[in-house]
Amino acid sequence: MIEFESVTKRYDDGTVAVDGLSLVAANGEITVLVGPSGCGKTTSLRMINRTIDVTSGTISVDGQDIASTDAVTLRRNIGYVIQHAGLFPHRTIVDNIATVPHLLGWDKKRSKGVALELMERVGLSTALATRYPAQLSGGQQQRVGVARALAADPPMLLMDEPFSAVDPVVRESLQDEFLRLQQELGKTIVFVTHDIDEAIKLGDQVAVMQVGGTLAQFAPPAELLSKPANDFVAGFIGRDRGYRGLSFVGAEGLPVHERSTVAVGASEDDVRQATGDDDHVLVLDTERHPVGWLPVNGQADISPERLLALGTTFTPAQTLRAALDGALASPTGEAVCVDGDGRFVGVVSHGEIAEHLQTAGRQAG
Amino acid sequence: MTLFNELVAFLSESANWSGSRGIPVRIGEHVLYTVVALAAAFAVAFPIGLLIGHTGRGAFLAINIGNAARAVPTFGVLILVVLLAGLGFLPVLVALVILGIPPILTSTYAGIRGVEGSTVIAARSMGMTERNMLLKVELPIALPTVIAGLRSATLQIVSTATIAAYVALGGLGRFVIDGQQQRDYGKMAAGAVLVAALAIAFDLLWGLVDRVVVSPGVSGRLPRTRRARDADSPPPTTGTTPTDPLTPEPAGRPT
Ligand SMILES: Nc1ncnc2c1ncn2[C@@H]1O[C@H](COP(=O)(O)OP(=O)(O)OP(=O)(O)O)[C@@H](O)[C@H]1O
Ligand SMILES: [Mg+2]
Repeated sequence: MIEFESVTKRYDDGTVAVDGLSLVAANGEITVLVGPSGCGKTTSLRMINRTIDVTSGTISVDGQDIASTDAVTLRRNIGYVIQHAGLFPHRTIVDNIATVPHLLGWDKKRSKGVALELMERVGLSTALATRYPAQLSGGQQQRVGVARALAADPPMLLMDEPFSAVDPVVRESLQDEFLRLQQELGKTIVFVTHDIDEAIKLGDQVAVMQVGGTLAQFAPPAELLSKPANDFVAGFIGRDRGYRGLSFVGAEGLPVHERSTVAVGASEDDVRQATGDDDHVLVLDTERHPVGWLPVNGQADISPERLLALGTTFTPAQTLRAALDGALASPTGEAVCVDGDGRFVGVVSHGEIAEHLQTAGRQAG
Repeated sequence: MTLFNELVAFLSESANWSGSRGIPVRIGEHVLYTVVALAAAFAVAFPIGLLIGHTGRGAFLAINIGNAARAVPTFGVLILVVLLAGLGFLPVLVALVILGIPPILTSTYAGIRGVEGSTVIAARSMGMTERNMLLKVELPIALPTVIAGLRSATLQIVSTATIAAYVALGGLGRFVIDGQQQRDYGKMAAGAVLVAALAIAFDLLWGLVDRVVVSPGVSGRLPRTRRARDADSPPPTTGTTPTDPLTPEPAGRPT
């Protein structure tokens, strides 16, 4: 557990970078510090490992005031990942990763073994072990940075915009793998980003900071989206927060209802009868798994070539976002709901999803 | 006889290659002056450069001392030191050391300062002591610049060590000065040519040192096949698809 108690940082030139910050980063959770450039995120992070000194207030790690610990020992117990990875260009990948084990005096064989194991863990081929950082892509370097921070298996991890220097596609997959890794490792992580989407995706708790180094709101992502504490937070989250909020509302309460369906291989008469006035009909296979949409418009030719792709389906266990994605991809504006075995349950239109969101939002707010 | 013929004649005269005033002895003396002066300049400038580079304190001082020392005329220093300390090896050494300090100091300082901030922050955050950071991270990365400074200090010291002869010492300067007095232009030219040859030899030596001590990750002297496989710089040949930076590359991928 990392605890900030009214922590203030004033630099020598008088800049107040952090002002009266109080928050707790709980064990095993990802706590994200997010905010615009210059709001004191990096300063806050680096005060934790004492590479920047606090001006007033206290930071404690597992209940112990860090001011009373030995800085070097403290740092060896807290992994650190930085933007652009900050790798040592003169060392090979395996030696970069084994930095802290070397410092701790582990024998060479053990350090190397751990380093190679970690390479696989973060998704790097061990064939890269003897390369130098300059020979890796940005995404690969970032993975090495994460592996290096994990090498001595520290219980805590500080990460300063670790994924911001790579392109959006690589970033997304790094984030996904990071979450997967965290599920296995359960580290106590403080993660800095200026990207609100990243904060919402990764954070168990999100601290929104504003320029001047004050804390605007400290809450789980869902609460941040549904109840922004003030105009600054609302503005920072942005106009599309409604859409982001969908990820946190379950789909189970949606008014899913019946609609016309036909079985694969049905006759034209069956189709005409089932469809009624609709211009599309949903086609199910014999197990009642949805296969696609059939446009009807007068003629009831049910040849498979005319079948329109189903798009994505959703289950009640998923979120409104999954339902909305399904609705947007469907030719009729209806999302197809299936049960856990993939069998057809019903449909819901995007209008109904929006209506549901409004009532859900009112209840939450 | 042309100057060139005189030069060749001097160099091919076997008597000039032996005895206590012969070419080998003079080269030995010259090398000795150079190495001692370089070592002394290094001993002074290198630690100061490291310290200033690492802490960032006193940078202003370092740069100004560097510039001021560059502006001081070496010959003037020699005369001054001789006046103060009398004839002998010491005044020559002092003059040469003063000449060698600025390039070593400024290049060491600049090399250390030039290490990327994120690398330094990472090193400190990993729990390296300041000493470890300096010697195991900053210095190895700064090495090419440090060596470049040593190279230029060496060149200046080698060529200036000829002045030793002015205060009745040895070295290749003897040929230049004696040749001038004796109007033996072949001898003079031989002195100049030998100094130049020595300077080149030293430079080649530094080139070798650079190759041996600088990490390939810093110098960029990486095996070609490996670099061609780097995901960030796919070879410009047609028909090869750029590697997905996310996909770990198999070890034995044909190139
Ligand atoms: N060494 C320093 N001396 C003086 N002021 C500093 C120093 N480091 C940072 N600052 C100032 O403190 C404030 C907070 O800086 P900090 O680096 O913590 O911001 P940040 O939130 O990490 O910003 P970014 O998103 O741009 O990285 C800024 O106004 C910055 O200019
Ligand atoms: Mg920052």
